[in-house]
Amino acid sequence: MPDLSLTAAPYFGWDVVRDLQELFRYPFMQHAFEAGTIVALSAGVIGYFVVLRGLSFAAHALSHIGFAGATGAVVLGATPIVGLLVFTMSAGAVMGALGQRLRGRDVTIGLVMAWSLGLGLLFTYLYQGSAQLAIGILFGQIFGITSQDVAVTFVAGSVTVLLVVAVYRPLLFATLDEEVAEAKGVPVRSLSIAFMVILAVAVSEAVQVVGVLLIFALIVAPAAIAERFTTRPSRGVVLAAILAVLFTWAGLTVAYYIPYPVGFFITSFAFGAYLLARLLSHGLGRRTGQTAAANAA
Amino acid sequence: MPPPPAGSPVIVADRLAAAYGNRLIWQDASFTVAAGEFVAVLGPNGSGKSTLLRLLLGLLVPAAGSLQVLGKRPHAGNADIGYVPQRRNIDRDVPVRGRDFVHLGIDGSRWGVAVGNTASNNQRVDEAITTVEALAYADRPIGRLSGGEQQRLLLAQALAGRPRMLLLDEPLASLDLRNQVVIAELVAELARASHLTVLLIAHDINPLLPIVDRVLYVAHGGVAIGKPAEVITTEQLSRLYSAPIEVLHDSHGHMFVVGLEAESAHHDA
Repeated sequence: MPDLSLTAAPYFGWDVVRDLQELFRYPFMQHAFEAGTIVALSAGVIGYFVVLRGLSFAAHALSHIGFAGATGAVVLGATPIVGLLVFTMSAGAVMGALGQRLRGRDVTIGLVMAWSLGLGLLFTYLYQGSAQLAIGILFGQIFGITSQDVAVTFVAGSVTVLLVVAVYRPLLFATLDEEVAEAKGVPVRSLSIAFMVILAVAVSEAVQVVGVLLIFALIVAPAAIAERFTTRPSRGVVLAAILAVLFTWAGLTVAYYIPYPVGFFITSFAFGAYLLARLLSHGLGRRTGQTAAANAA
Repeated sequence: MPPPPAGSPVIVADRLAAAYGNRLIWQDASFTVAAGEFVAVLGPNGSGKSTLLRLLLGLLVPAAGSLQVLGKRPHAGNADIGYVPQRRNIDRDVPVRGRDFVHLGIDGSRWGVAVGNTASNNQRVDEAITTVEALAYADRPIGRLSGGEQQRLLLAQALAGRPRMLLLDEPLASLDLRNQVVIAELVAELARASHLTVLLIAHDINPLLPIVDRVLYVAHGGVAIGKPAEVITTEQLSRLYSAPIEVLHDSHGHMFVVGLEAESAHHDA
């Protein structure tokens, strides 16, 4: 093989140091890794509570509502992230105020979601720019991230993680046992609103990486996998964050070498890991079930 | 704070009334409960038994009259009260250990994550779980446990906060007869050992008859309290429930109430 082709296209070898140097050669890759890591961390941490509170669909809908905000902002000449934050945070506050009543409202949430996508479609049409904008918001554009975006993401990501840490115990209490938590003086309703607003920020960040449509991969999948392997909430949160980061890193790395969309790879890793987790935890469950039966006998 | 001497009143209600908005639930309730008393709260569905607990917890403001709990006006977040609300079974898919549920009873309302004194808190959790004899399954996901096992762990959660008063809303519902008796006796034993005052809402009086000091009836927009022998008579119960109820006495002097199961089953359907 002539040397020329080696320098022309990146290739993956067994020399780890060289591979890493290659991976981080360009600023766009550095930015992608920096932003991707922060986004994944906050998505994983908050995702644990999303799954525990049964709000997966609400989180999914929240990102779609963000699509209308992002495209609307562009029409008005602002950056997408501003519209994204305004729309998701407002919708999140409303969802949080509804609290437990949100459960089982799939039809209502679904309709708001569909209408938001429709609204986004209208804004995209009005903007006349190109479909590229819409595609970017729908599927993410992590390789287009600037160092300024990274800074904004770092602030937003740190704030969401710190806020979750700050409300960790009462949030867990209110999630698992709302009535007792309320009796113990936990401000259940305010927490519900606060949680959805924090989620809105995390969702808006994650849209940069995986886009509106693939949000499940970073917020729900890692937590759903973590819950299969630990029954301790503290470990579940940490495991979900680690998994989200791993999916992001793996997706970015593969996408650097194989010129297919990064969103495809991140969702593939998330989906593959979820399948694997189901198979493994099923096997584990059967084994422990047998031991329990043996102990009882 | 040292516990008040036995017999001193820990709940004092004076012409108390409960209402949700304009809807009056019951009124003119005057009664006291003494420290260490075990009181069964009975009455038809929808008569306002849980409402009474909400008043005691400070989650509902009295519509009229006055209420003192442990010498203070009721307020949410009272660490001296352990509470187990009425519930259907916990969702099977809740992927959280029973032990973590119990732990929330100690520090679940504190902000942030647990830092420091984790060892002593874990010990308290262990103690509470041991007290309710749930050590064998405390590390399994709580959703996968039986109703009786869940009830024990929820009781442990209430106990972990080291309360002086326990408010239990239908802890015996959805348990089989054997477990009803077992849990009722467990609560009575704990109450005696730690000098706890207990208010326990129940549908069926029978498993509680050997245990309770007094019975508090919530029915017909009012509240009545008395010793079981005074209140649990065919005439009284039939009047309170507006349904034919018979109190039988066997040769050992045990009482048995017939007709209430049908009454509750009818309402629950």
